[in-house]
Amino acid sequence: MSGIYLSSSPHVHSGETTDKVMRAVIYSLLPACAVAIYFFGLPALLILILCTGGCVATEAVCNRLFKSKLSIADGSAALTGILLALNMPPNSPWWLSVLGAVIAIVIGKQVYGGLGYNPFNPALVARVVLLVSFPVHMTSWTTPAPLGSGIDAVTTATPLGEWKTAVMLTGKLPENISAGMGDYFIGNMAGSLGEVSALALLLGAAYLFWKKIISWHVPMTFVLTVVVFGGIFWLVDSSRYPNPLFHLLTGGLVLGAFYMATDMVTSPVTTRGMIIFGFGCGVVTVLIRLFGGYPEGVSFAILLMNAATPLIDRYTRPRVFGTAVEGKS
Amino acid sequence: MAMTKLKTFPGGLHPADNKQWTASRSIEFVPLPDELIIPLSQHIGAPAEVCVEVGALVKKGEIIGKAKGFVSVPVHASTSGEVVAVEPRLHPSGRPLLSVVIKPDGEDDWIDPLPQGDPDKLSADELKDRLRDAGIVGMGGATFPAHVKLSPPEEKPIDTLIINGVECEPYLTADHRLMLEEPERILQGVAILRKILTVDNIYIGIEVNKPDAIALMTEKCAGTDVKVVPLEVKYPQGAEKQLILAITGREVPSGGLPMEVGVVVQNVGTTAAVADAVINGYPLIERVCTVTGSGISEQKNLRIRVGTPLQHLVDFCGGLNGDPAKLIMGGPMMGMTQLSLDVPATRGTSGLLIFGEDDIPLVEQGPCIRCARCVKTCPAHLLPTTIAAYARLEMIDEAEEYCAMDCIECGCCSYSCPSFIPLVQSLRHAKAAILEKRRKI
Amino acid sequence: MIASILSLGAIGFLAALTLGFAARKFAVEVDPRELAILELLPGANCGACGYPGCSGYAKMVVNGDKIAATCPPGGSAVMDKIANIMGLAPITAEPKVAVVMCQGDNLKAKDKYKYLGLTDCRAAQKVADGPKQCPGGCLGLGTCERVCPFGAIEMTPDNLAVISRKKCTGCGKCVASCPRAVIRMAPLDATTHVLCNSHDKGALVRKYCEVGCIACQICKKQVPGAYEIENLLATVVYENHQDAPAAVEKCPTRCIRDFMVSYPDGSSFAEATVPLKKEDRAA
Repeated sequence: MSGIYLSSSPHVHSGETTDKVMRAVIYSLLPACAVAIYFFGLPALLILILCTGGCVATEAVCNRLFKSKLSIADGSAALTGILLALNMPPNSPWWLSVLGAVIAIVIGKQVYGGLGYNPFNPALVARVVLLVSFPVHMTSWTTPAPLGSGIDAVTTATPLGEWKTAVMLTGKLPENISAGMGDYFIGNMAGSLGEVSALALLLGAAYLFWKKIISWHVPMTFVLTVVVFGGIFWLVDSSRYPNPLFHLLTGGLVLGAFYMATDMVTSPVTTRGMIIFGFGCGVVTVLIRLFGGYPEGVSFAILLMNAATPLIDRYTRPRVFGTAVEGKS
Repeated sequence: MAMTKLKTFPGGLHPADNKQWTASRSIEFVPLPDELIIPLSQHIGAPAEVCVEVGALVKKGEIIGKAKGFVSVPVHASTSGEVVAVEPRLHPSGRPLLSVVIKPDGEDDWIDPLPQGDPDKLSADELKDRLRDAGIVGMGGATFPAHVKLSPPEEKPIDTLIINGVECEPYLTADHRLMLEEPERILQGVAILRKILTVDNIYIGIEVNKPDAIALMTEKCAGTDVKVVPLEVKYPQGAEKQLILAITGREVPSGGLPMEVGVVVQNVGTTAAVADAVINGYPLIERVCTVTGSGISEQKNLRIRVGTPLQHLVDFCGGLNGDPAKLIMGGPMMGMTQLSLDVPATRGTSGLLIFGEDDIPLVEQGPCIRCARCVKTCPAHLLPTTIAAYARLEMIDEAEEYCAMDCIECGCCSYSCPSFIPLVQSLRHAKAAILEKRRKI
Repeated sequence: MIASILSLGAIGFLAALTLGFAARKFAVEVDPRELAILELLPGANCGACGYPGCSGYAKMVVNGDKIAATCPPGGSAVMDKIANIMGLAPITAEPKVAVVMCQGDNLKAKDKYKYLGLTDCRAAQKVADGPKQCPGGCLGLGTCERVCPFGAIEMTPDNLAVISRKKCTGCGKCVASCPRAVIRMAPLDATTHVLCNSHDKGALVRKYCEVGCIACQICKKQVPGAYEIENLLATVVYENHQDAPAAVEKCPTRCIRDFMVSYPDGSSFAEATVPLKKEDRAA
């Protein structure tokens, strides 16, 4: 019978594809992008376009150079671009975005063999490289200037930065630290494009949970660990350490926990492993925030735990059906 | 009915059911074809040894191939007629294997006398001999000789018998219809099995997508100690180990058989065939099979004779609907694709699915994105993506360490993979390499 | 600052002392011949010799009472030098190369079904004995290409495996990896081969392949000593390979090919037109 297909079983499929997964994550980031453009205006839109376009173009060039199939249709390069853009300061120069895009795709992904082979989150690799190489550009924040409000953007520090400076100078919290919790929630604060609005990010995360793209194990453990660990310090000395809600709503925790740490390629595949991963990210984040040189530790924490992922996978293998001990026959 | 949580097992998934095409269609008898092709290898174990020659006239139920060794069963003529050929013919495994080709004479005469019997008067050993002589094998698709399964060694006492009426594969409704239309036969078989095994507990497992079957079997079992257990609809609930876990809570040890935990599982179709074999003396020459899929004009449940070419079944169902892309013998999750419709149906043919190109995934394989869907759904709690990577890299020792041999090849991993990686095929490759390595040592 | 210079200097000095001491105390005695032989070996760790990698082979040569196996990729150049180091007579290893005995690519040979699944010949062979109608023909999924440690095998655009006589070192890994045993070893100098692996009757072969051997025996009649027909398949008698080219033009299905003239269709290898001396082959 001509035209007959033969294959190993199974012969049906769930219909879930890699590009559908990538597209779902891109859709979930649209609220955060919209908020970014609202609060930071056209510069934000430019950064989004440059990062996304830069990543897609770089990947296409890499495919050509390495003589591999064109892979931009799977949407992973575009997703890396959007995530990178959301990590950039609002008024950063155009060349910083382009450079970041190239670093993310080339060093963060293609040198390892492309999608699925990279050990580190590409957007975070780019962000950290830029942060370390161009510290001034990458830490110049502006106040949000909502579209149509007529307010000019003014250089300022992020809430976490303010706290770090105050604690280093006076050993105590800055005065107005809890005044803006509502603002912090909706995004009316200084920060990178994506990290400002916890509300927009949580909306997107809810969409991802509904579509079963991400599971609770990594993000909830990460957030819970930060809240509890940070909370312990706050209980010990609340005049010096910020309260857990502050930890939750400022900085890149929500962005990092729900979108960066959950990157499937670079996080563990076992459920116990995911919990350990989330816990590790949380601990390192709090340590860097409270005692490290940088005001924000989420990016570094996630990259460090990415490095530990193969080890975590190896030691958290599930108990195989019919065996008494984990993973043994 | 109390809203208690249904019994189930960890892992698994919920593929589209697709049983509505045939769930309410009664079983129809298929008339004899012009030619019956009866392979001598239709079961696990040594193929039968042919004992007829070209030109011989055989009666329905006559032995045409003798069992070879203990793990083997004889093969019988499915109708009366003339042996026109004894030669290799295309077999469901994809290669030509020795088969006896019979041209029916139209009389359909049984051998005389048939070895009828009274289960009450026969001993357990005598009953097992009857099953063996009748060629009874597991009809869920595994085709393991029943008399071997019912002969566990003395040090492995059996206390539970589970009748598998789950039929978790999508599209298939053969067992469902059998339970609805012939429950008495099944229960007669249960009684015979009870006598052979002398068990304390007997359960019939049925998924709740067959509420009519659950109701009917419960009614028929009323007053007996046979318990009907409704189970959550999940694939692969019908897999032996998962079924035992769901119903009894016992976990069959890795590398072991159900007898290690004191259980024997038999398919409903096998159980009904057991009743026929002992009481009426009928050998296993026919079975129920679901012919369905978008590629066939009329979807039906059929009673077919072993050896009927698939083309004959297709003709009986109104012929093909468009160009077929895949001819699947069995269910869509674990069935075997066939080269042509000239292949005969055998004792293990529970279904024939004809799929068009729209029904099958034709997407090119991509890289593993470590999404862990395969890990989540694996009923054996393996890491399919890791084992497949080791198989690709020829790291067979590591694949063995990650328990590739515990894979039940259910297909949950490949079904869920967004990159369309052929995980089951990779795992089978790993298992074959491990067995080869073990043979060499 | 003085303190830091002194303290770091002291630590460095202590570390150097420790390392020097350890290097002497825990040094492993290695026969210098073993090191010299390891230098000479190709370093591909292909396992063709039957020993675990090149270091395993070097160990065997030095510790065993005779050289139990030759190194095919090293060839006679390397074997002669090894024999020299060990003070033995030169060892002549007849150079062999692997040849894919098939020309049935997608355009010339028919499939019996469309294969979906792992792009691996061994996996495809398990599915109803492989997608090609010809039971012995090359499946073209590239398992041999991936297995070759020397990059000597290419897949033509129409899915046929072709092996470069220049790059092949005769290690034999491709032969072991092919599920249809369509790759066979032949002497390097033998440039003419019957590129067919099917033992089916001629009429059947014609149905599924344009370039298969139909066992018409014309090659044997043309050059009696150079060809032999066994089980409906012709093969070159390699002892008389120098006479074989004469039958190439006479073969009605064009399944006999002289690699000195050209490689199979679609192949990018072209160096066969230049006669190759043993020394000219890439190591």
